[in-house]
Amino acid sequence: MIKLVKVCKSFNSQKVLDNLDLEIEPEKITVIIGRSGGGKSVLLKHIIGLIRPDSGQVFIDGIDIASLSDKKLNETRKKFGMLFQDAALFDSMTVGENVAFPLKEHTVLSKKEIDEIVNKKLLQVGLKNVTHKMSSELSGGMRKRVGLARAIVLDPKIILFDEPTTGLDPIMCESINNLIVNTQQLTKATFVVISHDIESTFNIAHKVAMLYHGKIIEIGTSDEIRSSNNPIVKRFIK
Amino acid sequence: MIRFFEFAGRPFIAIVEECGRIMLLLFSAIVWMFRPPFRFRVILKQMEFVGVNSLTVVLITGAFTGMVFALQSYHGFRMFGGESLVGATVALGMTRELGPVFTALMVTGRAGSAMAAELGTMRVTEQIDALSTMSVNPIQFLIVPRIIAGIVMLPVLTIISDFIGIVGGYFVGVKLLKINSGIFMSRITELVEFEDIYNGLAKAVCFGLIFTLIGCYKGFYTSGGAEGVGRATTESVVFSSVTILISDYFLTSVMF
Repeated sequence: MIKLVKVCKSFNSQKVLDNLDLEIEPEKITVIIGRSGGGKSVLLKHIIGLIRPDSGQVFIDGIDIASLSDKKLNETRKKFGMLFQDAALFDSMTVGENVAFPLKEHTVLSKKEIDEIVNKKLLQVGLKNVTHKMSSELSGGMRKRVGLARAIVLDPKIILFDEPTTGLDPIMCESINNLIVNTQQLTKATFVVISHDIESTFNIAHKVAMLYHGKIIEIGTSDEIRSSNNPIVKRFIK
Repeated sequence: MIRFFEFAGRPFIAIVEECGRIMLLLFSAIVWMFRPPFRFRVILKQMEFVGVNSLTVVLITGAFTGMVFALQSYHGFRMFGGESLVGATVALGMTRELGPVFTALMVTGRAGSAMAAELGTMRVTEQIDALSTMSVNPIQFLIVPRIIAGIVMLPVLTIISDFIGIVGGYFVGVKLLKINSGIFMSRITELVEFEDIYNGLAKAVCFGLIFTLIGCYKGFYTSGGAEGVGRATTESVVFSSVTILISDYFLTSVMF
């Protein structure tokens, strides 16, 4: 479903992705781990076409999105939902308007139908009676939940998470991790999570991939990664 | 020697590059302006922000500009007995020059800076990326409505500024300095032509495009967190104001 082949990306003279190959299993949670500033977010942005590679291919359902026109790329992006690091909620909109935004843009549903879906998705992420609140009134954990509700509102096949537990306390971290696992079981979508939180990673991942110096140096199940002999992986998960 | 020219030419190349990027953004905005969906509600919201919310500042600026212009020109004209020309001078000055330029500068300070700050914040908090991931073109959603609002609302504000400036000039000239009311008005109708008003409004359209385009450009391509947003906001006001004043000279030399 998602396959990256020999992807290279440099910013100025700094090589961030270096002939990176990665295949992500459908309907599973794959967590990509790696050092801070090591290119994890850049990799995620390649998967959704926010950044185009200098060379290489990014296949989504067999289509190389690296060579698509903006118009066709927009069509492909409808398969995706994405939860950003700080949720990236629109400041000028209420929670309800934020979650309803993709529905208003891409469906012809009535206001009543949209409201019903918004309430259902907010309930699914554990939020009630928040539709009229502004995003600035929400706590960090609530913002992530609203961001997730917005990401899943169109029932996408692929959902991307950029550091979903960064900046949260341990209890809220666990709560968000549970939410990711439960949502994946419910939606059966492909989840790709970027993280440097090792504990969270092993709690939620079906597959773990380690990014190091622009390459995926190890990929496997949580147990396989735990028992890896690669010294870099060992040092990272210690 | 080559190094010296490289060093000396660097700022010039940077300016040319920046102008090129602004033109590319304008080109994209024009292309997206004519593609569906047409977001009339977003456009109206921006028109309210640029137009209705700037009304107070434009009224105050326009009124006092007309008043001080009447006062200054009265003292000048009195030296050779030409007080009767005060009304026409104020009206011509307001419609041709002061109305469009002062309105543009005030709206740039209020709305242009806010555009740069808002889009800059959206950029650094990944809200613009979020729009793209939801298959919504950010140029069409964020920039096109702001440019349309600037082009439509700045001439409207300029008409109001022209009118209130002439009213201010009338108040000072007729009520305070005791110029004959009939003469004051007849000189205006005699000397001011519709062409003066049209050309002033044409300037306002250009200024509306300039301040929205530069404000949006600076905000849209912000980088560097909160510091970057602050820098983008300041640069947008300075760059827009300077561009408005320079373009005003060339527009005036072509029009009048």
